[in-house]
Amino acid sequence: SSPSPGDTSVLAGLYGPAEVKGSKELSDRATLEVLLRPKVGLPGVMERSREQLLRRTCETVVLRVLHPRTAITLVLQVLSDAGSLLSCCLNAACMGLLDAGLPLTSLFCGVTCALDPNGSIVLDPTSRQEQEARAVLTFAIDSVERKVLSATTKGSCSVEEMQQCLVAAQRAADTIFQFYRDSVRRKYSKS
Amino acid sequence: MKATPVSNCEKRFLLRAIEERQRLDGRQCYDYRNVRISFGTEYGCCIVELGKTRILGQVSCELVPPKPNRPTEGILFFNVELSPMAAPGFEPGRQSDLLVKLNRLIERCLRNSKCVDTESLCVVAGEKVWQIRLDLHVLNHDGNIIDAASIAGIVALCHFRRPDVSVQGEEVTVYTPEERDPVPLSIHHMPICVSFAFFHQGTYLLVDPSEREECVMDGVLVIAMNKHHEICTIQSSGGIMLVKDQVLRCSKITAVKVAEMTELIQKALENDQKVRKEGGKFGFAESIPNQKITAFKRGSAAVDTNNVEEQAEEIIAKAEPPSEVFAKPILHTPGTAQIGEGIENSWGDLEESEREEAAEEEGESEAPAFECQTMETEETSTMSETKKDEPIVLSDSEEEEVVILEPQELPKKTRTQTNSKQENTSKKAFNKRRKKKRAAY
Repeated sequence: SSPSPGDTSVLAGLYGPAEVKGSKELSDRATLEVLLRPKVGLPGVMERSREQLLRRTCETVVLRVLHPRTAITLVLQVLSDAGSLLSCCLNAACMGLLDAGLPLTSLFCGVTCALDPNGSIVLDPTSRQEQEARAVLTFAIDSVERKVLSATTKGSCSVEEMQQCLVAAQRAADTIFQFYRDSVRRKYSKS
Repeated sequence: MKATPVSNCEKRFLLRAIEERQRLDGRQCYDYRNVRISFGTEYGCCIVELGKTRILGQVSCELVPPKPNRPTEGILFFNVELSPMAAPGFEPGRQSDLLVKLNRLIERCLRNSKCVDTESLCVVAGEKVWQIRLDLHVLNHDGNIIDAASIAGIVALCHFRRPDVSVQGEEVTVYTPEERDPVPLSIHHMPICVSFAFFHQGTYLLVDPSEREECVMDGVLVIAMNKHHEICTIQSSGGIMLVKDQVLRCSKITAVKVAEMTELIQKALENDQKVRKEGGKFGFAESIPNQKITAFKRGSAAVDTNNVEEQAEEIIAKAEPPSEVFAKPILHTPGTAQIGEGIENSWGDLEESEREEAAEEEGESEAPAFECQTMETEETSTMSETKKDEPIVLSDSEEEEVVILEPQELPKKTRTQTNSKQENTSKKAFNKRRKKKRAAY
């Protein structure tokens, strides 16, 4: 799957549940591995931290106990980056999980908010808006009750502003989940 | 993950089919699969699809000091990566033979053929030159990665634009894309690899082998040629013994194929150039959805954020921030008392507490109930009273400011005060406590 908000594009590929190497094997649940490959250069620390965030988010959603002693590998390739990369990765990951048919407790989506220096909220910012912003917040929001699965921020903001961003993100999540539904419906109605 | 090995009956089937000049996908011996080239929004970014084999190429540049033994030449750096999504057998971080072979072939094909003019990449001799970096990511492996990679490489290099530079005496100015249009690299010729797979000890050959065919082949011959019929690289691997006229025949076939491919590349580059000039939409977001039936595209959607502030305030008001809660000290044993229930500390690990606060303030019904417990008696009734009441007027002189609290709506002016969040809730809580105090006296 390859969601592309504006010009940011991430391609997700999923393998699994499949055989896992001995050291990584978990006896009661599946091992989830996330690999994020940047477009230019070798994967660095930033990619590793993003991978961990994605892994933890996916682990809460995937019913891993149904496939013990297996490995689920999620590979994300950045095709182009024009801002809001992390939320694009989250969306790609979820659609990949959905498309692969893995058992999930709920869907999730990623929304990025940037806070202007004068306090207004910008959803889904471009790279330039991200750079000029005072704070950039990314939330992973689940589909059942719009709860927050994970949140990561860069920069400083007050608690109220964070609450406001969160509410705005939850609103945006509705749009994204509708998009998931439409695209899945389209896929199955035509093939 | 381990790749599943090819079964014996599959091998036998493929070899028998090749003997009868049949291929699994119905192609002829010298037919290429469909090649599709699409470009990204950035210069130097392209995706090449050879049948189902997909390769992403990206070129980037940087100003660096040159190599000491070549002070007037720019630096070219090639990196081929087998993405784990390409095939189950590709694992991250493992230098497999295939990867090494690919890297070497691409380097020889593009660097040693001198298709890119490195002298033009020099800015200040001995001090600053351009380093051009080409990253090729194999996204899907369905055979013949070499050809696809070489096409992706040369297309990306042709498509790339580097920032314009001007040198005036000692001063070097690098212009941003907004100031001056970026400049293309100077490319002399376009070498393209063509692979030939050999079967049955060199008796049969196939052009552009698919993945299954690659598994059963004896060996492969790769010839890189440009449209002027100059052989740039030739490599035979797999240990097959080839006769001279076989090699000559292959080179003739290569000439034909390369001519076709070069034409296709030129057309693709021209199309992209045209679209960019006319200001039309370009990039993967445009090209990918139109080609797939399973793709879905949606324009930007507006999100209604009008009532965000009010809703956020409601949520904040409903839940009680932990630091505001002070219960009666609970006496456990003489000398040991506990103040507060110790739910969470607002000075803990910031990320955690933010998340917890967010989770707590999602509007759980427990929060107001908890708030009630910690205060004095008869909570719920008074709370609902205050909520449904008309504006409450405080006539007490204890409070200097008269604050009129509308139910469900907090006045905006209180937000400008310091520690406003706690003020908001405390005003409401305070109000209730005051009411009870008055009632008690």
